[in-house]
Amino acid sequence: MSTPTVNAPPPGAVRPEPAVTAATRRVKPPKLTWRRALRRDWQLYSLAILPLLFFLVFRYLPMLGNIIAFRRFQPGGSVFGEYWVGLRYVKMFLNDPTFWEVFTNTLILGGLTLLICFPLPIALALMLNEVRTRYLKRFVQSVSYLPHFLSIVIVAGMVMQILSVDGVVNQAVRAAGGDPVAFLQEAGWFRTIYVSSEAWQTVGWGTILYLAALTTIDDDLYEAARIDGASRWRQTWHVTLPGIRPTMVTLLILNIGTFMAVGFEKVLLLYNPLTYPTADVISTYLYRVGIVSGNFSYAAAIGLFEALIGLTLVLSANFISRRTVGASLW
Amino acid sequence: MVKRQKVTRGYRIFQVVNAVVLTGVVVVTLYPFLNIVARSFSDHANVVAGKVNLLPKGFNLKAYEEVVSDSLFWTNYRNTLFYTFTATVIAIVLTTCYAYVLSKPQLKGRGLLVGIAVFTMFFSGGLIPNYILVTSLGLKNSVWAIALPNAISVFNLLVMKAFFESLPSELEEAAAVDGLSTYGILWRIVLPLSKAIVATMVLFYAVSFWNSWFSAFLYMDKQELWPVTVYLRNLIAGATSTAFGGNAVTEGAEALQVGATVKAVAIVLTTLPILLVYPFIQRYFVSGVMLGAVKG
Repeated sequence: MSTPTVNAPPPGAVRPEPAVTAATRRVKPPKLTWRRALRRDWQLYSLAILPLLFFLVFRYLPMLGNIIAFRRFQPGGSVFGEYWVGLRYVKMFLNDPTFWEVFTNTLILGGLTLLICFPLPIALALMLNEVRTRYLKRFVQSVSYLPHFLSIVIVAGMVMQILSVDGVVNQAVRAAGGDPVAFLQEAGWFRTIYVSSEAWQTVGWGTILYLAALTTIDDDLYEAARIDGASRWRQTWHVTLPGIRPTMVTLLILNIGTFMAVGFEKVLLLYNPLTYPTADVISTYLYRVGIVSGNFSYAAAIGLFEALIGLTLVLSANFISRRTVGASLW
Repeated sequence: MVKRQKVTRGYRIFQVVNAVVLTGVVVVTLYPFLNIVARSFSDHANVVAGKVNLLPKGFNLKAYEEVVSDSLFWTNYRNTLFYTFTATVIAIVLTTCYAYVLSKPQLKGRGLLVGIAVFTMFFSGGLIPNYILVTSLGLKNSVWAIALPNAISVFNLLVMKAFFESLPSELEEAAAVDGLSTYGILWRIVLPLSKAIVATMVLFYAVSFWNSWFSAFLYMDKQELWPVTVYLRNLIAGATSTAFGGNAVTEGAEALQVGATVKAVAIVLTTLPILLVYPFIQRYFVSGVMLGAVKG
């Protein structure tokens, strides 16, 4: 499937137009007006109507719906709220100690995830790349991709079973002479549990793009490095890593973009009031405030704040990487 | 590339370490699965006593009988099938149409149409406005609450667009000369050439809808409408489910242990379909992701 695309011209490239057919269909005037474009391509545009309706209703309307962060909202009333209240809800969360607690938790959890789950796939890909036995490599790949396909509910269920008082981890603790720990009830353990289960589920799948990038590195580069007397470590450092740098940068920017939304669903499944001090993040807090307690406007204000930070992060990461390493998403 | 380099002692040591670490990765990945399976087949008393590791202790099928005889489990499983099917069909139709439109370089306004989609990858309305929207549209307790808000995944859209762009334009141009409409070209020329990518997209969407739980958890009030993921969620959460805003302090170790084997069985039974098809769908996923990466 991927073979034809590799050879295909990049999206922006102009296709060489066969002179004969071009004459029949595309007698292009230098400037194409909307009226002309619509008359010529109305069938194409009509195919876009339903998808555009989807984006409008289910993506852009909710963005506008954030206006209730500045308006009084009453359940059953108008979707866009009743009357303006200005920055009341913004001030409210800025003065809310719980908000700052969950804000800190979000940063720590997101930061740890990025720190652990971003480099691990690179390391694993490099290791897989050194495996000389083809079927062995295939086997390791297939096994390590598997957790990616599981529902987050199943993963949470497994985590709970393994870490329960009677689970395998506590069996090991007991064998080592310790007392069993109720891991999921202790705030001190939550970050470890969250990050390691995240690594368990994502690291294998994360290698795919790196492995693909590794195959594109020119063998001549290794040859030249070897002639210059570079050891294998030096080859990895000076040839392999620069070769996969664009992939690394792209994935880093994308990861930074989802930084603020740290695995909302998984936290929701794994946390409980006992672990709130470390586990509660912005998204779970606004879920409880909004959906569970019904303070929609307040929760929307928090959500808007979170989304804006996310957007700012991805834009600045993109900007910085374009300036420094010359690779960017757009 | 390494073949002709002479094999140093350091390299041999590295190969051994590498093999050991990779074996470790395989073990760590598979261990939880095997442990859950062992628990599901074990005697409840042994599980609670913390004696079950990789092999079942006190082999029995009681827990399986308990789950299989629960009619809600089957109702929910059927719901999952129905939701997955409906949502996937809608998603495929919308994604294909839009991706095809976006793949036409000469189309006026194409950049804007791409931008409308891509922007939503980085900025979204958020949970609360979405919830209010779906609720006020009256979609609650229906399959639409699951299918419509997730009808187009922008990543999938870009993968498909990349594929359509890679098709040779000559065929379509020839068909246009023969008087085929745009719809005809898409249906009779492009789609037959795109079976592989459509299959990949079906898998992408189907797996994500099959695995999803939060939309249903949010919008389905009645238990006979739940998908099986929500069934599993409520089972594993057990006493903790009431703990949203309540207190789990009162919840003793006993409450947690009730149905330890039943939870394992439910996990096994919901994982099973994925495990069964996994060997066949895996490569489609890999090629789909690569296609997205090359162009996206």
